[in-house]
Formats: sequence, structure tokens, C-alpha cells
Amino acid sequence: MQVWKLIPLVALVASACATTPIDTSTDGSTTSQASEPVKAMPRRVAYNADPYPSTYKPLPSDDVLIRNATVYDGLGGEIKGGAVLIQGGKITAVGSEAAMTMPAGIKTIDATGKFVTPGIIDIHSHLGAYPSPGIGAHQDGNEVSAPVTAEVWVEHSIWPQDPGFTRAMAGGVTAMQILPGSANLFGGRGVIIKAVPATTAQGMKFPGAPYTLKMACGENPKRVYGYGGGRFPGGAPFSRMGNVAGYREAWQRAVEYKRKWDKYNADFDAWEKKVKSPAPKTDDKGPGDPPNAPDRNLELDTLMGVLNGEILVQQHCYRADEMAQIIDLSKEFGYKVSAFHHGVEAYKVAGLLAANGICGALWADWWGFKAEAYDGIRENIPMVHNATGGCAIVHSDDANGIQRLNQEAAKALADGRRVGIDISNAVAWTWLSRNPAKALGILDKTGTLESGKAADVVIWSGDPFSVYTRADIVFVDGAVTWDRSNEARRPVTDFELGQPGEGDVK
Amino acid sequence: MIRSLLLAASVLALAPAALAQTIAITGGKIVTNTPQGVIDSGTIVFRDGKVVSVGTAAPPTGATVIDAKGKWITPGLFAAFSRVGLSELDSEDPTNDTSASGSDFQASLRASDSFNPDDTAIDVTRIEGFTRAAIVGAPGKGLFGGYGAIVDTSGAFGSINNRDVFMFARMGEAGAGAAGGSRAAAWNWLLTAIDDAKAYPRGFEDDGEGDLLVRKEAVALKPVVEGRVPLMVEVHNASDILQLLSLRQREPRIRLVILGATEGWRVADQIAAAQVPVIVNPLQNLPDRFEVLAATLENAGRLEKAGVTVAIADPNEGTHNTRFILQLAGNAVANGMTWDAAFKAISSVPAALYGRTDLGVLRQGAIADLVIWDGDPLELTSNPDAVYIDGLPTSMESRQTKLRDRYLKLDEPLPQAYERQ
Repeated sequence: MQVWKLIPLVALVASACATTPIDTSTDGSTTSQASEPVKAMPRRVAYNADPYPSTYKPLPSDDVLIRNATVYDGLGGEIKGGAVLIQGGKITAVGSEAAMTMPAGIKTIDATGKFVTPGIIDIHSHLGAYPSPGIGAHQDGNEVSAPVTAEVWVEHSIWPQDPGFTRAMAGGVTAMQILPGSANLFGGRGVIIKAVPATTAQGMKFPGAPYTLKMACGENPKRVYGYGGGRFPGGAPFSRMGNVAGYREAWQRAVEYKRKWDKYNADFDAWEKKVKSPAPKTDDKGPGDPPNAPDRNLELDTLMGVLNGEILVQQHCYRADEMAQIIDLSKEFGYKVSAFHHGVEAYKVAGLLAANGICGALWADWWGFKAEAYDGIRENIPMVHNATGGCAIVHSDDANGIQRLNQEAAKALADGRRVGIDISNAVAWTWLSRNPAKALGILDKTGTLESGKAADVVIWSGDPFSVYTRADIVFVDGAVTWDRSNEARRPVTDFELGQPGEGDVK
Repeated sequence: MIRSLLLAASVLALAPAALAQTIAITGGKIVTNTPQGVIDSGTIVFRDGKVVSVGTAAPPTGATVIDAKGKWITPGLFAAFSRVGLSELDSEDPTNDTSASGSDFQASLRASDSFNPDDTAIDVTRIEGFTRAAIVGAPGKGLFGGYGAIVDTSGAFGSINNRDVFMFARMGEAGAGAAGGSRAAAWNWLLTAIDDAKAYPRGFEDDGEGDLLVRKEAVALKPVVEGRVPLMVEVHNASDILQLLSLRQREPRIRLVILGATEGWRVADQIAAAQVPVIVNPLQNLPDRFEVLAATLENAGRLEKAGVTVAIADPNEGTHNTRFILQLAGNAVANGMTWDAAFKAISSVPAALYGRTDLGVLRQGAIADLVIWDGDPLELTSNPDAVYIDGLPTSMESRQTKLRDRYLKLDEPLPQAYERQ
């Protein structure tokens, strides 16, 4: 009879969010640490879900009171003559200064005539993966070796020296999702980062944020593969029905993979129970060997993470009819789409998106560059917002657009009003911070000005929906990451050192 | 008020006899782009497609009066660089006539021969306040993109106003690539093409070809080398700009216009001294190519301060979002350009650049292209209430507004396809 020594189990399944240090063998799995003569209890085979952990640390910050501002709180509220109190990198109070308690002598910023908002969160960026300069060596956003590459992680492509990051900061951005491109049906994992300068991608990763999965509908996958003209591996998909067959084939494999892991974990539970509660002595058989773990598959790890509700799907999709197909696909395989990205026709199915709790991450006015963008209208964002329960997000997908998402929101807002969709400025700000935070699973940490949340805050020179307004000061976790009036807080990337224009106004 | 006028005006548009009607728009803030400057509460009178008067006098008796109190009145916007009307869907070759990489001819291609007045982007552009645009193709191979044209945005069959008003060429990184791989090759190409055109027809008598150009291409470049039409060259890098300006010594007759000029601020004094106008994208601030490392949001403002004639447009845009030029101008103001210069950079400056001093201005005798705005035209939240071309009101509908109206009310009993407007 095998004698197992009971040692504490570090119960980690592949999809769990690992916060406890674990010892891993060279293949990345946790294994038994055998010792004689008593054989150590085998550990459950599990994989570290966070092998490239965030090393982000907030920049040094002072406690500060921003006073006399017009505040859009990101929840839809506007406070005139309002104040925001930042202490220890967190928002500790928002509203009337008179109602706040704070230490005597706290640093203050007089924001008379200025506006204060939550930092902008861009849910769709390729900064770092498609950086500036856009030279051949920097084309790291699409793994065009196959249409299903859920195993790639875009964080492994991010070049932190992309000057685009500093430009985004100057535009009032405090966090963003970096996504793989849309060449593939499954483009790989996205990552949520803070808009801060760093030497490593890990130094930018948003602590505690979930992983995401980029998927793409429509023209791009079939153009790149089926009609790639020999540039890419070729083969399926050649058509939209080929796209859907490709998703279904991959999801089916994920379902079976998850079934194997669920069975393994259940069998291990049962085996462990037997070990802990030995059978009567008359039974000589004992618990036997522990069950064998399934082989690991990095592609299916990501898809299983989605099926387990831990990885959020970000679906590139332009046409209304395709969004409806994707919603059915998600129900067929039992997962949820977090947001449709681009959604140029989202206004046609605004109710369907709202009913399914799916946000539309949209441009204000891009259209016509391809057939699936032909029906773009300027009122898409307000019309998606206007559906009962609708969730609209202004996104960029662009190293220029990310610098002025507030301007894109302003256009959409005005166009909505002209057709009777009356949305206040303060409510429109939800498109820029709260809604993207919700669709990224970080709303408990940022996205609104609420006590206890990270002090991701922007002071604007005026109404942020005016073309003449600029971001004056940007705070991430209470630290000034960008200050228009202070050169010492206008970061210059390594790439720009020694180049013409180094340190200039950008 | 506006609406009732527009109804009246659309009837007017259908009745040629009504053309003789005099229209007066009163009470609006008029941006004239002339020494009259901005008139806070003025009256503009127009008749037969031309401006009769701009000022503060009462409207003439018998005029149809439009009350524009609280509104802004400006000249129609003029897109300095656009491809509107050249592509219905950029990714679909049969609908996209912006370039012809398979053609042996390039300089002799004329944008006016590709222009489609039914292109849906024309309405989309007009209802944002643009009444005219300079359009040109992109180089399909080699340096030249062919001849640009001036079009109006009426969508009418006769909306090509001026053919062959400028020649377009691309130098810098793109030109180097197209010319064989280096800037030296591009410069040599440009000079050889110029020499061939200058030598035509004498130099072509033996074998019908120059050193570089076939006869047809040399003929096309002849007006350029003789200074009868400007040569617009896209170039961004400061040293590339200086190299281009050096052409002035060799070829004093060639009239240059620089498109791009992203690093123009570094050589602004030289550009100003050469009196070469530039068309810039004021939002270009990323070092997205090595030729634009010194890009800055302050480029347009710095060029203005140095005395350079500045027009605003985006060299990379133009088939569908020509309207983005408005946002570019507003951002130029946010980054140091004067409002006056920024507005002129999207109206009177480009018009004059192409010899149309009767457009982009509101003065007696000018073409009555004008826009009634609900606020500061450079503001993101402002929109046109009405757009006049040649003195006639135009439709404020586009394929986009029709799609919008069809879906504004969901949950209708019948599918949207039965919704007719």
C-alpha cells in the first residue's frame, strides 16, 4: 500500500488567478516534490495563470486636493465648483470641498475654469505592438501563421519605448487595452496596461486586471488567409461561413479540453478524498495512483479561460448581422462577449447588444474604407447608448485617435443631440472611462471618480468636449504622469533621445 | 426659420427663373476672410450665384430674407487636398480610382477623368460644410500622381470646376522607394523628368522618348516646367524640404507647393523666404516614419508665425473623411495657430492656391458658396444648418443620414427595408 504524506496543497488550476507563489518545474507545471522514504503527496497538476506578472509600481505621488473645478464624475454626474481629494494614490472624496476632511497643509491645485474627469480608458489600442515608427521590424501585432492563434499573448510584442504611449498620456489616457490585430479569427490574448512609461511591458501591466481574448469577424480573416495571395499560409477561411466554422471548430476543441481538465480535477478531488480518508483496513487496495493530467495546450488554455468566465472576449465585428451570429455562437458554446469592437453597424442592432449586456466600442465617424464599414453613420455611439441598457464606448484603434478620444466623443454627442438624443456632457463621459472599465473588468478599480478607487484623473484646460481644450495634468494612481506646463513631467522615450525634436511639445 | 427657407429654396432650385431671386441672410456672425474680417451681426446678400454685398446694411427690398441670428456665416470650406469622388470603397479595386499601379502613364493621368459625382462621400462631405475640394490621385508607380482638379460638392454631373490645376508628386521616403530605392534615385528621377519635359518636343524627335519619359508624359509635364500650373510635392523631412526648395534655383519657373511639411517648422524661415505654400496636417505628432521624427503639434502655428502660407489637410486621408479637415483646423488653434489663419487654411488659402480667388471669401463678386453654422465652425459640437453652392441651397441629406433615420426608431412593425424617406 502506497503511503502518501499529506502536505498542504496549493490548489491551482490552469485558469485560476495565481497570487500565491508556487514552485514550478521546468515545464511550467507544479509537480510533486518526491522525498524518500515516505513518498510526498503528489500535487494536482496545475499551471501558473500569471507567469508574466505585473511589476507596475505607482510613481511617487503627493496627496492633493483639486478644487474649484467642474467635475464629470464618470458616473454621469456633474459637479460645478467641485473638488477631488487624492490621498495615498486613491480618490478619498469627490464633491463639495466644504464637506471634506483633510489634513491641514495638503497640497492644492486651483482648477478654476478647468474640468476634472476620470482618466480616459482606450479599450482598443495596438500601441507597442504596432508602434511608431511603423517600420517592418516593428510589425508585431498579427501572428499571421494561422487563423487560430489563441496561444499568442500580445504583451509579448509590446515595445515599451513606443513614443505613442507618451502621446496617449498627453491626451488624458490613463489605461488602455492592447490587442492583437484582426487578421485572425482568434488573434490571441490582449492585455490591460496603465498609461505610464516603463522599461518593460510587465512594468505597465494593470495589476489584477483580467486577461482578454481578441477575436475577429468578417473581411479581415478571409482576406488574409483565403485571399492572401500567397503571402500567408492560405486555406480557410475563404468566407464568412468559413469564419464561423473556424470559431466553432476551435470552441468545440476548447469544450473538450475543458471537459478533460474538469474531469481530471474532479478525479483528483476524489482521489485526494480517498487519501485523506483511508478505506477500512480490510480493504488492501488503497486509493491507488492519482489520475493523470491532460496534456497542456496553450491555445486551448486561453479558450478554456473564456469558457470558465475568466478571460473576456473582445470581438472585432463591423456588421449587424455578424454581431447577431456571434451572439448565437457565444450561447452555443457558453461564453459571453464583453464588447463588440468597431461595430460600424451597431446602431442597427443596438437593442440586441443591450439585451445581451454587450458594449459597443466604436468610432465617432470612420467609414467607407471597406465594404463592412460602408454603413457607418455619425450617430452610432449615441444610438447604441440610447437603447435601454445600452453601453457605448469611444475607442481608437489608432495611435492618433487615442490622443483625442474626448474629441471623438464630442462629435458623437453633438450629432446625437441634433437628432433628438439628448445626452448630457457628464453622461457622455461614461463612454470614455466607466464603460470601457466595465467591459475590461476593471471597473472596481478605476473608471469613475469614487472614493476608494485609483486616482486616475485628468485636469483639462477647459471643457473637454471643446476642440480648443487640452489635458493639463494627468494622474495615474495619484501620481502625475503628464503635466503640460512642466517639462520634467513630459516623458521622452528612449527612441526619441538624440533625435530631431527630442523633448519638444508633442 | 431656416427650415422654411430651405423648403422655399429647394423649390427655387427647381425653377431656373427663380435664380434671379435675391437672398439676404441677416443677423449672423459673418466670417468674410477679407479685410472686412468678422462682422458680428451682418447681412450678406447674393443673387445669381454671386455675392452682392457683405456688411451691416439692411437687406434690399424684395429680397428673400433668412434670419440667422445667433448663427455663423462663413464661406464654403475648400478641401486643400482630397480624394473625394475617387473611391466608393477603398478596399474594393473596381470602385477605387485613387491610383493606377498597373498603368504606364502617371503624370498624364487626370483626376477629373476618374471623378464620380455620385460617390456617396460627396454628400457626406458637403453636409459638413465643404463646398469645394482639390482632388488628385496617388502615384501608382514612380513619383507622379497626375493632374489634380477642383470639384464642387453639389453631386451634379457638371461639378468638375477646373481640370488640370496642379501636378502631384511624392518625394521623401515614399518617393525614394518608388524611384528605385534611394532619395538620390528619386531626385534624379524628378530632375530627369523635368529635363525631358523642358526638352519636349525637340528632344523627342528621333525616337519619341526622353531619357525617362515617354512622349505623353512629357507633354503632361510641360505646363508644370513652364510654371503654368503648380507642382505639389509631398515631402516631410526638413532636409528633404530644403532639397526641394533648392529646385527653385535650378528651375525658377516651377511653382512649388509642399504637401506634408511635417518637419517644416525646422526650416520655416527658408520656406517663407521661398514663398512656397504648404499644406500640413497639424495633428501629425508621431514619429511614425524616420522622415518625421521632429513632428510636433505646434508645426502649423510655428509655420504661421514664420510667415509661411499654410493650408490644412491630411495627406493620408481624403476619400471618405475629408470632413476631418475641420477638426484638424480646430486642433491647430489649440496648438498655437490663430483662429483666423486656421480658418483661412481650410477656405481662402487653398482656393487661392489653385487660382480660385473668387472662392473661400465673402466679398462682392465672389461665388456665393456659404455655410450657415449653429456655432463656431471649428468646434467639434458645431454643425452646418445650411450649405449653399453657387448661391443655391443644397440638400442636407446623405446616405448616412438616410441610414440613421431608418434606424432611429427600432421595433417598428415592418422591417426597416420598408422604411422609405
